[in-house]
Amino acid sequence: MHIKMTDKELKLKSVLLRKNLLKYIYQAKAGHTGGSLSCVDILNVLYNRVLHIDPKDSKNPDRDRYIQSKGHCVEALFVTLADRGFFPETDLATLCQYQSHYIGHPTKKVNGVEQNTGALGHGLPIGVGEAIAAKLDQKNHRVFTLIGDGELPEGSNWEAFLAAAHYKLDNLYAILDYNKQQITGDNHEVMNIDSVRVKMEAFGWAVVEVDGHKLSELEQALNNGPLEPGKPNFIIAHTTKGKGVSYMEGNIKWHHGVPSSEQYELALSELSAAEVLI
Amino acid sequence: MELDKIEEKDLQMGLANQQVFAETLEALAAEDSSIIAVTSDSRGSGKLVPFGQKFPSQMVEVGIAEQNLVGVAAGLASAGKKTFAISPACFLTARALEQIKNDVAYSDNPVKLVGISAGVSYGALGTTHHSLHDFAVLRAINNIIILAPADNYETEMAVRLAASLDQPVYMRFGKKNMPFLQEENNQNFEIGKGRTVHQGDDMTIIATGETVYPAWQAARALREDHDRQVKVISMHSIKPLDTRILDELALAGKPIITVEEHMVNGGMGEACASYLFQKGAKNPFCIMGIPDEYTITGSQLEIFAHYGLSKEGIMAKAKSMLK
Repeated sequence: MHIKMTDKELKLKSVLLRKNLLKYIYQAKAGHTGGSLSCVDILNVLYNRVLHIDPKDSKNPDRDRYIQSKGHCVEALFVTLADRGFFPETDLATLCQYQSHYIGHPTKKVNGVEQNTGALGHGLPIGVGEAIAAKLDQKNHRVFTLIGDGELPEGSNWEAFLAAAHYKLDNLYAILDYNKQQITGDNHEVMNIDSVRVKMEAFGWAVVEVDGHKLSELEQALNNGPLEPGKPNFIIAHTTKGKGVSYMEGNIKWHHGVPSSEQYELALSELSAAEVLI
Repeated sequence: MELDKIEEKDLQMGLANQQVFAETLEALAAEDSSIIAVTSDSRGSGKLVPFGQKFPSQMVEVGIAEQNLVGVAAGLASAGKKTFAISPACFLTARALEQIKNDVAYSDNPVKLVGISAGVSYGALGTTHHSLHDFAVLRAINNIIILAPADNYETEMAVRLAASLDQPVYMRFGKKNMPFLQEENNQNFEIGKGRTVHQGDDMTIIATGETVYPAWQAARALREDHDRQVKVISMHSIKPLDTRILDELALAGKPIITVEEHMVNGGMGEACASYLFQKGAKNPFCIMGIPDEYTITGSQLEIFAHYGLSKEGIMAKAKSMLK
C-alpha cells in the first residue's frame, strides 16, 4: 500500500517536504513554521511507512486513522498529503487565500484529513472514540494522533488518557511532538510538563522515547504492534522546533514566523546542502 | 376525541420525558447494534441502568469528564456508530461546548447530544445545575438541530427521528412526568414544524419543552372562564424553527406570547421575535422565560411560578395582552 522507497529515499523525502512546506508558508505569508519543521519527519514516516491508507479510497472503513491534534502545523500535513497523492500539490498555491479549503488548520474538505482540528486538546478524545469503535467491531486498523507539547496541559487530554487506559486501547497511538517550546517560550517556563514519561506510565500507557528526527526510530516505534498488549501507546518524539534550518532551530520567533525572501533562499540552500549529504 | 372536548382531568399523565428517551433508546438498540450510549457517570439520572444491563457492549462510560464524553462520541460517530452522548444538560452544553462546536458540529460527526434534567429540573441545586443557556449557545453554532419535546409522544418521535438522521442533534429532557398533549390530528412530529396542542384564534402562545403544559392549562382556563380562544403551539424544534407557522401568525396579526424554560436572552422567544420582526410583523409580542438575574432556587414548579411560567402567570400575561 505504501509507495516503495529505500531508507535513503525516505530521508530525501523529509528534505523535500521541508522545502515544500517552507515554499507554501513563504508564498502564503502565513503558517506555523517551527512546529511544522519539528513534526514533518513524523508525518513522513506515518504516511510513507506506517498508515494503511489509500488516497483513492480515503473513506475506506478499514483504513488507519490519523488525527492531527496540533492542527496549527497543518502545512506539514498538507505537503505530506499532497506528496502522497491525496490532492495535487499545486492546490496549495491557494493556502490561506479567500475561500480556499487549504486554511490554517486541517479541515475535512481536504481529501485525507480525518477531523477538523485547530482548537487544542481535541484530537485524542476523538481518537479514543475511533479506537473504541474499532475494538467493538473487531477491526484491526489503528488510530494515531499527533499531540503538541504545548497543548499537553489541556484538561481534555488527561480525561482521554484515563479513558484510553481504562478501555485498554492498544490500537491507539499518541505521538508527542516534544520540541519543548511553545509560542510564549520554553515549556518548562510556560507550564512544566517534565517527567512526561513517568506521568504517562502512571496513567497506564506503554511509553517509548525516540529521536523524532530519526526516521528508523520512529518507524520502529510505530510499526511493530502495540508496545505492550492491553495498553495504549505513547510515543515521546524528542524534536527540535524549526528542525533543518539553522537559524530557525530552537528560536521561538519562528513559531509562526514567515521568512523574508533572503531568509527563504538561505533555508532552501541549507536544506539542499543537507540533501547532498544523505 | 377533539381537543376542545378534553377536560384537564382527562389528560393522560405519562412518564418523565427522559424516562421515555431511555426506553426508546433501548428499543432502538435492540434492533440496531450500531446504537451506542456514551455516559459520564450519568446512566442513573439518564434512566439508562437497564440499557447498560441489556446492552453492555453498546454503552461506553467515560466517567465524569464531559469534554471527553463529547470527543469520544464524535470519534464513535465518525466510525459509523449511531452515537447518543448523555449528560446533564447544564454540563453537556457548557463544559463541553467547544467539543460540541468543533468535534460534532464543525467536523459534522452526527452525534446525538442528550441533555437530561434540563432547564430547572434540578431547581433546588442551584445555578451550577440549571441549563438556561443551552438554546442560546447552540443556536449560535452552525450544523446542529435543537429539539425540546413537550410530552412523551414528541420525545419518542424525536429520539427515533434523531437516530435516523446523519446530522448532529441536541435534545433536552426533564425529570417531571408529563401529560400527553394530543388531539386527533396532531400526531405528526416533524423537525422544523410546530405542533398545535390547543386551538384558538384570539391569540397564540408558542411554548417549548416542559412549559407547553402550563401554556395548555392557561389556554384551557381562558376558554372556560373567559371565553377567550388561545392557540398553543409546541415549538419542539428550536432550530430549525417553524417559520411557516410564524408567517401565518404574522398574517393574522394577533398577540403572541412565547414561553420557555430558558433565559429570555437568546432563546426560542428571541428566535421567533427575530424572524417576525424581519418579516415586518406587527403582532403584540411578549417573551416569557427566566429573566437575566440571579436565578432563585426551589422546585421546578416553584421556579416556574416565581417567574410566571405557570398556568396562572401565563393566563395573567395573556389576559393583559387580550385587552
